[in-house]
Amino acid sequence: MYVAVKGGEAAIRNAHTLLADRRRGDRSVPAIRLDQIVEQLALAVDRVMAEGSLYDTELAALAVKQARGDMIEAIFLVRAYRTTLPRFGYTRPVDTGRMAIERRISATFKDLPGGQLLGPTFDYTHRLLDPALAEETPVETPARRVEAPEQTPRVTDILGQDGMIEADGELPEGSETGDLTREPLSFPLERDLRLQALSRGDEGFLLGLAYSTQRGYARSHPFAGEIRIGEVEVELEVAELDFPLTLGRIRVTECQMVNQFKGSSRQPPQFTRGYGLVFGQSERKSMSMALCDRALRARELGEDITAPAQDEEFVISHSDNVQSTGFVEHLKLPHYVDFQAELDLVRRMRAEHERRDGETSDTQEAAE
Amino acid sequence: MSDEILEASRKDDGSDGGRKAAMALLAQATSQELQAFWSQWNEKPEVETLRGPETGLVMVRGRIGGGGEPFNFGEATVTRATVRLGNGAVGHAYALGRQGEKVRLAAVFDALWQGETERRAVEDKVLAPIARRLSDDLESKRSETAATKVDFFTMVRGDD
Amino acid sequence: MRAATQVFEGGFSDAVLNSQEVFRALMDAMANPGRIMLVRDLVNAPAPLTPVMAAIAATLFDHDSTVWCDRAIAGSTAAMGWLKFQTGLKLTSDPSGAQFALVHDIDVMPSLEAFAKGSSEYPDRSTTIILQIAGFSGVEALTLEGPGIENATSFTPSNLPKLFIDQWTANRATFPRGVDLVFAGRGALAALPRTTRVSRGEV
Repeated sequence: MYVAVKGGEAAIRNAHTLLADRRRGDRSVPAIRLDQIVEQLALAVDRVMAEGSLYDTELAALAVKQARGDMIEAIFLVRAYRTTLPRFGYTRPVDTGRMAIERRISATFKDLPGGQLLGPTFDYTHRLLDPALAEETPVETPARRVEAPEQTPRVTDILGQDGMIEADGELPEGSETGDLTREPLSFPLERDLRLQALSRGDEGFLLGLAYSTQRGYARSHPFAGEIRIGEVEVELEVAELDFPLTLGRIRVTECQMVNQFKGSSRQPPQFTRGYGLVFGQSERKSMSMALCDRALRARELGEDITAPAQDEEFVISHSDNVQSTGFVEHLKLPHYVDFQAELDLVRRMRAEHERRDGETSDTQEAAE
Repeated sequence: MSDEILEASRKDDGSDGGRKAAMALLAQATSQELQAFWSQWNEKPEVETLRGPETGLVMVRGRIGGGGEPFNFGEATVTRATVRLGNGAVGHAYALGRQGEKVRLAAVFDALWQGETERRAVEDKVLAPIARRLSDDLESKRSETAATKVDFFTMVRGDD
Repeated sequence: MRAATQVFEGGFSDAVLNSQEVFRALMDAMANPGRIMLVRDLVNAPAPLTPVMAAIAATLFDHDSTVWCDRAIAGSTAAMGWLKFQTGLKLTSDPSGAQFALVHDIDVMPSLEAFAKGSSEYPDRSTTIILQIAGFSGVEALTLEGPGIENATSFTPSNLPKLFIDQWTANRATFPRGVDLVFAGRGALAALPRTTRVSRGEV
């Protein structure tokens, strides 16, 4: 029997009004503006752009505001919005080697060309809450150092020159760049699709998996070869013009992990690599992505698959927080009929159980 | 970097290099800049909008390992427009973001740039100030970042 | 420059409402095989594209669409330029890899067999073929039966691909795989989805 249940419209309407009221909060406190979120909660905006997989700071800020700061809800809003827009094309691959660098460090080379540029980092802060920030206090102007622009080659290119490290990623001959927003995933995946999934994957989930590889579940002996944050130019080829158009610049974070070396009878030992590339300033995410990328290359590199982080189906199927939250949170929706059916089943089983118990005791009594 | 772009846009041989550079500057202009340049523009041409301004997405690509095979890593909002001036010149513009009026004006300036007589004015009154502003922004960020460069020094311990 | 501007003109004047109108006609045509749906002249495209065919293209195609065009259309720089600018389509020379096909010369078109039929897992990955015809008052009648048709209905396109009944029967045999057809006439369109059974003669 199917029982249709209607109702609750008034309750839902009132709940939405209440949500809007609570979101606004105390009316004597000024409402937060989007430009304030973009400027002062920039890393929250970056996370929403990365996992929402949509680069647009103002939209991400709106999502943060609408979601009352619930990041996954904000990411969900952005993902929903992007489905309403037409696609104009695929850009040319961004060239991170020509990045306008805002931060760039290497844990493997002290004296790398272009230098170690700390940029606006939380590292070396004491992680002590700063009561001064609670007030509107004037902020010091950043120091400047005027010097001629220096080349900042990628660390992996430096290592690559003498064959100490494997080349940038290759894919099998003739493979087309996959796009998980267009074709459903079918395992096993090539590395391009894995990287796309990881780049939009949940930071917490990937961080946990990355940590697991360091604790011995698929140990890969990583070094942070290089992390760079800055703006790259985005170019698009369009039908109406016969040259690629510059669309503007976006901020990205790139992480090059340098991992345990490997050799074979044919190849001398060399370092292997994991790669991370994420929208915005997001060092933790790009490092986690690079560690997971390396772990997921187990099959390609002929390593035993023993740990969750190496299991492509497990990692990629559960890394998307919009999918995850959708399925976990759907448990809140009415399951009255399903549950009623199970309740009936349990009652029948109990009745059966009691009847059998009764029979057993009857037989026992008879035997006695 | 932006100076190079401006330099390239000055190539008045009508080559694509010049137009590409000009369009790159227009894409990176702010809405306020283009609106100001347009309001100051003498003898405004008749403008017909052929397409847009409309907002859509591009899928941004990176390369595995930085220089390897391409992969898709996320989308970005892009707005585009195509206009035609009274003299028949068609201008296009594409820029990141969702600023329709900015992109429509960028398409107008692209169309103007293609005219022999207006090109010089577009370069001097529109492209040059944009290039200067971009170059200043870049330079100030670069020098602020450079100030956070680590100057390693070695401490000598003990006697020789 | 004047010649080139033709490419940039003649698109939908209201992209949202116009494409919704054409999409509605296509949807109703697919749901009611053989029924003639009127379509206003909403676009103005270079020959040999007709207003109806061009409007269907502008409605259905986007940057993600892989489209095969027959020689008459692919050979026209103006038509191809218009399609690329207005829709962003990807052109393919391989009909078996096309999501859509535009056929101007129905008499010399490849057999239906040559187009994508989809797979058992994804029968939707097949070609939707858009055929240019003169109109829907031809002399030879077909009888249509199947989902969306109460009992049977007559369909009289002005022309049809060669050996159409045989070809269509073969297409039906691969169900749920198979191609779907859209006929673009003058000011009207009609559709034959793969579910429709076709026989010769009037109802």
